[in-house]
Amino acid sequence: MSRIKQCFEQLDAAHKSALVTFITAGDPNPEITVSLMRAMVEAGANILELGIPFSDPMADGPVIQKANERALAHNVALRDVIGMVRQFRQSDQQTPVVLMGYLNPIETLGYDSFAELAAEAGVDGVITVDIPPEEAEDYLRALRGRGIDPVFLLAPTSDSERIARICEAAGGFVYYVSVKGTTGSATFAIGEVASKVFEIRKATRLPVGVGFGIKDAESAQAVAQVADAVIVGSVLVKQIEALADEPESIAPALALTISQMREAMDLI
Amino acid sequence: MPTDKQIDYCSQPDERGHFGPYGGLFVAETLMGPLQELREAYERYRSDEAFLKEFREDLRDYVGRPSPLYHAARLSRRQGGARIFLKREDLNHTGAHKVNNTIGQALLAKRMGKTRIIAETGAGQHGVATATVAARLGLKCVVYMGAVDIARQEANVYRMRMLGAEVVAVESGSKTLKDALNEAMRDWVTNVDDTFYIIGTVAGPHPYPEMVRDFQTVIGREAREQIVQQTGRLPDALVACVGGGSNAIGLFHPFLDDESVAIYGVEAAGEGLESGRHAAPLCAGSPGVLHGNRTYLMQDANGNIIETHSISAGLDYPGVGPEHAWLKDSGRANYVAVSDQEALDAFHELTRCEGIIPALESSHALAYATQLASRMDSEQIVLVNLSGRGDKDMHTVAALDGIKI
Repeated sequence: MSRIKQCFEQLDAAHKSALVTFITAGDPNPEITVSLMRAMVEAGANILELGIPFSDPMADGPVIQKANERALAHNVALRDVIGMVRQFRQSDQQTPVVLMGYLNPIETLGYDSFAELAAEAGVDGVITVDIPPEEAEDYLRALRGRGIDPVFLLAPTSDSERIARICEAAGGFVYYVSVKGTTGSATFAIGEVASKVFEIRKATRLPVGVGFGIKDAESAQAVAQVADAVIVGSVLVKQIEALADEPESIAPALALTISQMREAMDLI
Repeated sequence: MPTDKQIDYCSQPDERGHFGPYGGLFVAETLMGPLQELREAYERYRSDEAFLKEFREDLRDYVGRPSPLYHAARLSRRQGGARIFLKREDLNHTGAHKVNNTIGQALLAKRMGKTRIIAETGAGQHGVATATVAARLGLKCVVYMGAVDIARQEANVYRMRMLGAEVVAVESGSKTLKDALNEAMRDWVTNVDDTFYIIGTVAGPHPYPEMVRDFQTVIGREAREQIVQQTGRLPDALVACVGGGSNAIGLFHPFLDDESVAIYGVEAAGEGLESGRHAAPLCAGSPGVLHGNRTYLMQDANGNIIETHSISAGLDYPGVGPEHAWLKDSGRANYVAVSDQEALDAFHELTRCEGIIPALESSHALAYATQLASRMDSEQIVLVNLSGRGDKDMHTVAALDGIKI
C-alpha cells in the first residue's frame, strides 16, 4: 500500500483529517530543508509537500514567489530536491512526501528520468500546477509506471465535467483550491468550500484536501470539518521569510504554528 | 517526417491548440474554465458576420487601415540588390501593429459581458493599444509592466495613464515582459468572473496563439494584395521581427502556402548569440513549457527561464509563439538573429534615407532585410513588416548618443 493511502486510512480510523504542510525546497538555504521536514512531522504534520523552485511560478502569490527566488539564489534544482527527499527517507519511512511545482523543470529532466529518480528517493506524489489531464498522457504513464501518485488540483471554476475528468486521472488525493486566486491570497468562504467538497466526493473515493487561504488554527479547524486534508503553505513560508537571517529559529517557529493547527483540528 | 508538400500550413492548430508538438494548454486548473469560455466565444464570433463587420469597420475608420505598402526606393538603391517594400504598420493609430489585435479582443470582451480588461506589456505598445481600446469602449483597464521596462519606456507609461489605464509595476523576477505576463495571469486567476485578459502576442494558452494570429493576419492579407497590385507578382522574401511573434505571424500566415515566398523571422541577438545576452529562443534556445504553451524557450539546464537581453523592450522575451516553433521545425520559415548594434544602424539608416523613424523592434527586421536584399538581384522583392514607429524609442537612442531628452 502506498504511504499516502496508508496515511489517510490510519487518520480516517482515528477520525482525523491530515495536516499537509508546504515549504519550498532550499528556502532559505538547501542545508536546512531536511531538518525542517523532520521538525514539521514531529509537530504534527502528516504529509509533507515540498515545492520545486522555479523561475516563473505563475500560480503563486508574492510569499511563495520570494521563496522560489531565495531557493534559486542557491541554485536549487529538481535533482537537489529529490536528493533532499532521499536524505529525509533515511530517518523517516512513514511520512508521505509530495513534490509540488511547475512542468518545465520536470520536462527538462524528462518524465521517465524524473519518475525513476523520484520513486527511488521515496517521493510518493507529484502536483504539477500547470499540466491539465488533457496534456498529461505521457506524464501520467511515467508517474504511474513508478508508483507515484499524480495529485491534481480542482478549482472553484471546475464544473462537474472537469471534476469527473480530473478525479479519473488523479491518484493519492485531490487538492481543492479554495479560492480563485494565487497561493496566499484571500480567505475562503467555508460554506462554499463545503458544498464544492461535497460535489467532489460524489466523483471520487480519493481523499479530498483543501488548500489556499488557510492562515491559522481557526481556519485549519474549519476546513478539517469538511475535508480529509488541510493544506497550509504561505503561512509557513512567511515565517521562513521573516527568519531567513536566523535559520536556527525557523524549525521551532514552524513547529509552533503546526502544533497549534494540529491541536485545533484534533478538537473536532 | 512528411515532405513540405504534405503539410497543410494553414490548417493549424488542431482543436486543442497544438501546432505539431507545440502550443497546447498548460495552465492552472482555475483558468481552464475561463479558457473554455473564451474558446467557445471565439468559435462563435469568428464566423459571426456582425462581429466581423464591426472589426473590419474599426480597423478601417479607427486604425486607418489598410496600411500602405511603400516601396523604399532610396533604401533599395543604396543597398543594391532586391527592391525593398515596407508594410507600414507604423502608421496605424497608436503606432504599431498591436492595435489590430486589441480591437479584436476588446470587441470579443464586450460581447462576453466582461467589464474589466487586463494586459501585459513590454515596450508599452500593446499596453497603449489596450488602454486605447479600453478607453473607447468604456472598460476598466489594468496594464502590467516590468519595472525595468517602465524605466526605459516612460513615454508609453504616461500615455497609458492618460488613457485612463492603471499601470502596475512588476518587481518580481527579471522585471520585464515575462514577469508582466506572470503577473497578468495571477490577476486573471483572481478576477476571472469580470475580467478579460488581452494577451498581446501569439503566445499563451490555446486559443490565444490562434486568435491573436487571426486578428493580425489582416497585415499579410493586405500586403499580399498590395504587392500584387504594385508589382504584378508575389514577393521573393518576407521579413519580420520576432519577439512573441505577432507581427511576424500576421504577415507570414497568408503566404504560408505560397512556396515561392521565402520567410524570415528575425530575433534579437542582443550583444551576440555567443555572448548569451540575447532574446533568441528559436535560434539559440530549446523546447519547454512556459506561459501556457509548449514552445522554444531560453532556459538553463534545470528548466528555469533565463534572463534575456535586447535593446528593444518588445523583443525582450524568453519564449516565442508556438506556431513559429512549428514553422521552424517544419522548415517553412527561417529564423535568424540580429544584434543590438545592427538594429541601431538600420534604425538610423531608414531614418536618414527614407524619413521614416522605425521602432527598434522593426529595425531588427530592417537590418536583416537589407543584408538579404544585397545578396539578391534587382528583379527580386523583399517585403518587410515595419511593425511600429520609433517615437517610443527616442529616449533609448538619445541616451546611447549621450543625450538626455
